[in-house]
Amino acid sequence: MLRFLARRSLGAIVILLLISAITFFLFFALPAEPARLACGKNCDPASLAIINKNLGLDQPVPVQYWDFMVGIFAGRDFPIGRCDAPCFGYSFVNQEPVWGTIVDRFPTTLSLAIGGAAVFLVVGVGIGMIAAWRRGTWIDKFFSSLSLLGQSMQIYFVGVLCLAWFVSGLSIMEQPAYHPITENPAKWFSGMVLPWLVLSLIFMANYSRMTRSQMVEQLQEDHVRTARAKGLSSRTVFFRYAWRGAIAPIVTIFGMDLGSLLGGAMITEYTFTLHGIGRLAVDSVRLTDLPMLMGVMLVSSGAIVVFNIVVDAVYAVIDPRVRLA
Amino acid sequence: MTTLTKGAGAPAPRADGAYLSVRDLYVRFSTEDGTVKAVDGLSFDLERGTTLGIVGESGSGKSVTNLSVLGLHDPRTTTVQGHILLDGQELIGAGERTLERLRGNKMAMIFQDPLTALSPYYTVGRQIAEPYRKHTGASKREARRRAVEMLAKVGIPNPSLRVDDYPHQFSGGMRQRAMIAMALVCDPDLLIADEPTTALDVTVQAQILDLLGDLQQEFGSAIILITHDLGVVANTADDLLVMYAGRAVERGTVREVLRAPQHPYTWGLLDSMPSLITPVDIPLNPIPGSPPSLLAPPPGCPFHPRCAHTAEVGGNRCVTERPALPPGRGAACHLGPERAVSIRRGGPADTGTSRATRGDGDESNQVPPGGGLLKDQASGGPLQSQAGRPHEGQADRPVEGSASERPADDAGEGANP
Repeated sequence: MLRFLARRSLGAIVILLLISAITFFLFFALPAEPARLACGKNCDPASLAIINKNLGLDQPVPVQYWDFMVGIFAGRDFPIGRCDAPCFGYSFVNQEPVWGTIVDRFPTTLSLAIGGAAVFLVVGVGIGMIAAWRRGTWIDKFFSSLSLLGQSMQIYFVGVLCLAWFVSGLSIMEQPAYHPITENPAKWFSGMVLPWLVLSLIFMANYSRMTRSQMVEQLQEDHVRTARAKGLSSRTVFFRYAWRGAIAPIVTIFGMDLGSLLGGAMITEYTFTLHGIGRLAVDSVRLTDLPMLMGVMLVSSGAIVVFNIVVDAVYAVIDPRVRLA
Repeated sequence: MTTLTKGAGAPAPRADGAYLSVRDLYVRFSTEDGTVKAVDGLSFDLERGTTLGIVGESGSGKSVTNLSVLGLHDPRTTTVQGHILLDGQELIGAGERTLERLRGNKMAMIFQDPLTALSPYYTVGRQIAEPYRKHTGASKREARRRAVEMLAKVGIPNPSLRVDDYPHQFSGGMRQRAMIAMALVCDPDLLIADEPTTALDVTVQAQILDLLGDLQQEFGSAIILITHDLGVVANTADDLLVMYAGRAVERGTVREVLRAPQHPYTWGLLDSMPSLITPVDIPLNPIPGSPPSLLAPPPGCPFHPRCAHTAEVGGNRCVTERPALPPGRGAACHLGPERAVSIRRGGPADTGTSRATRGDGDESNQVPPGGGLLKDQASGGPLQSQAGRPHEGQADRPVEGSASERPADDAGEGANP
């Protein structure tokens, strides 16, 4: 297990380094002049040069990349002040430290991702199990159609409709907003409920379809027939044998989904004006804010890479045939 | 799960002494292409302590029959009609609860591929202990002790350690032993072995068959041995049922069927087998054609499209009239036993369409009756009382290591009378 973790972490670092380099050099392929943004409307060449110098933009690109990477691990000194590790630099747009902004935004994304994932995992898998248990009946067909409907929905469409009906129209839900759970858990919950439900709607359909097909496939397996031939009740066979085989693929997909959600659910965050990582990413691309973009990219990729490792580790627990080495 | 049409109302027939009695069994699957008549009017009896071999090609209804004995068909797509009596108790139409109590307890099944038939997610010990706990109400500890005991019984070394292994940590032969331990853990009176050796190495096959024989002696179970390998039944079974297109086409003791087969399909099965004692320059004589579609089986005798002897039956009876299988020893063939035996005496070349490729009456082409499968046939000596159950004579033989001796035995006896 330890060897597995060490090897995979090393691999993860290589991947993150590659991503950082690609992002960094791609950015400078853009026809943008970042200093002009910070300079403002009444910009003269002299102040532009000062800003370029302050941000280190007067250096060659590989040197800038090196300085940036060193800053992440060792911190970095800027003319505007010292930036402690992990230093992703200062935003070109508002001169705030990037890391501080990310730390500020992350709880919103974390709340959205974990709450939404919990809803779609439990409800989606639950529906899939019911459909598989009653396969071929009207219940199965009803849920299958519902899944198809849910899957064809778009967050920006359902989300806006829900806002109009439940928040503005019927006033049975609060305007979605992020309140820290540490301050007021009830307010945190009521502010996140609508985003959770809408976000999970799309995923739920996926999960119920996948769970159903996995279960139906497992129920055809030889070892499930053996379990029945032993005289075990259909309930035991369903939950102990078929379900056990269906878990692994669900866990795999769930790990990937949760990882990418932690990197920001851009559409959901935009629809409900939540200020999370996803929104930050979109904004930094729009404003050609390189340090911010780099920070968000690395945090998002980091989340995906970490969850990949977690999925593999969980896999070894679920399936005794898989050995980590 | 099913409706009783045949003989509903009439008292269920039951052969005296038979532990399992199958009467007029019909199994049909509804598919998108139509109704598949997988089993079409099958009857047989099986007594305690005896072994019935069921042979036939793939799709002949062997496995389907036995899955319906355990009631394992999906009732949504399958119709099962007729009677299946286990110790006098009617299983067709019995509730799921009743069947659950019998499965794994009074009747158990061993499947073909022990790798896929065991769950990869639970230890071997747990899978063996599970039915024992369910049927006897034993404690976890007691059931585990029983699992170790069963593993020892089927010849697994270090059973108290191996009990915690997962199936993938076992070799193929050991997995099948574990499967047998699982099937026998509740001491069932009926054991159905569905191609138990097909997925195994030849050397391991013999060990597993010996093991089944030994365990039958110990537990006195009735065994149904499903196989397409006549070599397997020749050494293991007492009675033999040959199935074709969902029907029984020939029945008798192993000795009778292998020595004087009466059905052209049985001849075909025997002649398509390579034998250790026939000269290698005689080509195998496979049955021409392929098994019929069970969506629309041929009228009359289902074997007539592949049979070389339809012309020898008067009129067009093979196409128009379905031959009945007489009770006891016999074949479902319009030729009748005497004609069939005399045709068969003419040599194996008569069974297929490839007659022209062989010289009729050429003595060197003749395969001894039974195709060299029966152990004592070459000696021509009087049948021993236990000849049909060779494992009884081998009970003292250790399970391990017997595999390498056994094929050599057979070849030796055959070649040097």
